[in-house]
Amino acid sequence: MAAAVTVAMVRQPLRIGFVTTLSGPAGYIGQDARDAFQMAIEMNGGKLGGHAVSLVVEDDALRPGQGKQVVDRFVKGEKIKLLTGIIFSNVAAAVVPDILDAGAIYVSLNAGPSVFAGKDCHKNYFVTSWQNDSLHASAGANANRLGFKRAFVLAPNYQAGKDAIAGFKSQFKGQIVGEVYTTLNATDYAAEIARARASNADVVFQFYPGGMGIAFARQYAAAGVKIPMVVSGASVDPVILKAVGEPLLGVHVSSQWNSDFDNPVNKAFVAEFEKRFKRTPTMYAAQAYDAALMIGAALAVTNGSVDNTEAFRQAMLKANVPLTRGSMKFANNQHPVQDWYAFRVVKNASGALEIKTEAKVMENHSDPYGKACKM
Amino acid sequence: MGLLFEQVLNGVQLGVMLFLLAAGLTLIFGIMGIINLAHGSLYMAGAYAVAFFTLQTGSFWLSIPIALVIVAVLGVLIEYVVIRRLYARDHLDQVLATFGLILFFNQFATVIFGRQPLLLAPPPILSGHVTLFAGIPYPVYRLMIIVVGMIMAIGLYLLITRTRLGMLVRAGATHREMVRALGVDIRMLYTIVFALGAVLAGFAGAMVGPLSGVQVGMGEQILILTFVVVVIGGVGSIRGAFYGALIVGVVDTLLRAFLPNLLRTVMVGPEADALAGGLSSMGVYVLMAAVLALKPKGLFPAHG
Repeated sequence: MAAAVTVAMVRQPLRIGFVTTLSGPAGYIGQDARDAFQMAIEMNGGKLGGHAVSLVVEDDALRPGQGKQVVDRFVKGEKIKLLTGIIFSNVAAAVVPDILDAGAIYVSLNAGPSVFAGKDCHKNYFVTSWQNDSLHASAGANANRLGFKRAFVLAPNYQAGKDAIAGFKSQFKGQIVGEVYTTLNATDYAAEIARARASNADVVFQFYPGGMGIAFARQYAAAGVKIPMVVSGASVDPVILKAVGEPLLGVHVSSQWNSDFDNPVNKAFVAEFEKRFKRTPTMYAAQAYDAALMIGAALAVTNGSVDNTEAFRQAMLKANVPLTRGSMKFANNQHPVQDWYAFRVVKNASGALEIKTEAKVMENHSDPYGKACKM
Repeated sequence: MGLLFEQVLNGVQLGVMLFLLAAGLTLIFGIMGIINLAHGSLYMAGAYAVAFFTLQTGSFWLSIPIALVIVAVLGVLIEYVVIRRLYARDHLDQVLATFGLILFFNQFATVIFGRQPLLLAPPPILSGHVTLFAGIPYPVYRLMIIVVGMIMAIGLYLLITRTRLGMLVRAGATHREMVRALGVDIRMLYTIVFALGAVLAGFAGAMVGPLSGVQVGMGEQILILTFVVVVIGGVGSIRGAFYGALIVGVVDTLLRAFLPNLLRTVMVGPEADALAGGLSSMGVYVLMAAVLALKPKGLFPAHG
């Protein structure tokens, strides 16, 4: 008994591999995720779920090839068995199979591509943020709530872009008058915006995360297009809001989390994040924080070990820890079942722009791919 | 009709931007024989410099000349430290070295400015839109880019054809060794050409920053299109860069603007959009391949 206790006390901290996008126009997203996850660890004394953990962080630079190299090093070289952190779906699509084939566990705190939500679901693959389509389905539901009937939709031409438009269409009951896929990372949308204006759409939906979102919002406003925008939280986050400013006033946003959510976990999270990093957390930070909490809850049950992946899995699926977004459950495909909310960009009392929660748009929503998953 | 005119304007604006970048790149390639991948980094440097000084001084107009000076100095520095060692080496070495410069500058920008994109809004008089004929609103800022770009094109034309420096540049583009044999200080010429290219690229970045955002890695995206322009226009030829840039800008924009609706007349909606998306992003590269096949030296080669 004494020997076992001594071993436990001398055990190395559990290493968690954190592959994320830290460079390029979307680098601030990976930075937010990393900072929030690290903050969760530090707020618990260097531990998650009562057990010491340490983050091993590497940049994928939004390149699937680079992501693969990093994951190779983590899984084969350093024998890390628990990984998280990927922001972009094209990187996830390339590296998640490698992680799972090596018998390691992947917990997604952002990317939730549809390819892994259906028949390619896996026991060691968890998504704690959202399945890509659901994030944008919330925008479709929001567009319905606001009474729009004809939508012009735009997204970049990669997996998450296609998921975005598919998700919007899955909820939106009106007609799609134009569907545009632009080159990933292109930042001049003059031609597409002119097309949107010329169509007879009464609402525009776009999925342009990070730097692309800044460019699009600015150009949209400068072109004098009056059609209202309905987007998901990936297209308008506090960083984009700060970089674009006034032109975003009045835009409708929807997501599973907002910084003004009034529960104790969120209030503590936002306060601590703003104190440490002097900026408003984006939803990527909140998702990373929630992922850390859930991993912690699982580690508490498995005694800090991920060697028994089935035990970890059972612990994750049963985890019932309060999150910044409130709560979520896992569906059979290990993707979230959760509520979605609508927000609006407004001016607060001191004249600054903020994203304010308005209503709930979907309740206990789960993605449509779970049926194809045999778990 | 109004929409067509607007999209052509958009194409011209993209073309003018590409011209600023391609002019520098083609001169550097034509006269110095250097493939300069770091051209995109100079573009990024211009954007960051304007963003930084606008935040410091509060004036967009004031920060532009400051930014241009900084980019010129940066260009001279790069030429002195890195490019000088590459004149005698082969193109692959140049690609490797300048690619290294890209990585260096991206990291450098991240270290100085962080990962968050910088806020750079256009000054208020340039922020709105004007109504062109047929009731089409067009952003003032884009009009300004077109006007300024055309002025720069004329200025560059006058520089190249009416000044002594321009004569040396044209001679160097035609036959480098002969110029050297005639006793011209070729090293000074090279430094000036590189700095000129840098200033043009930095100016393009400064113009585009308020439009598309200032972020690390913004140079890479436009660099590929710039190389396409140089290939189509002809290496070493400013005229080629001008016409090539306009062709690429207009073709790319018109494909993106009208191909989807064109295809929708013969195909179902989502398929038409998907195919149009693919074809329009391929468009300029197919054009480049055609030019390479028919006129390998480009449409307006410098060497005649």
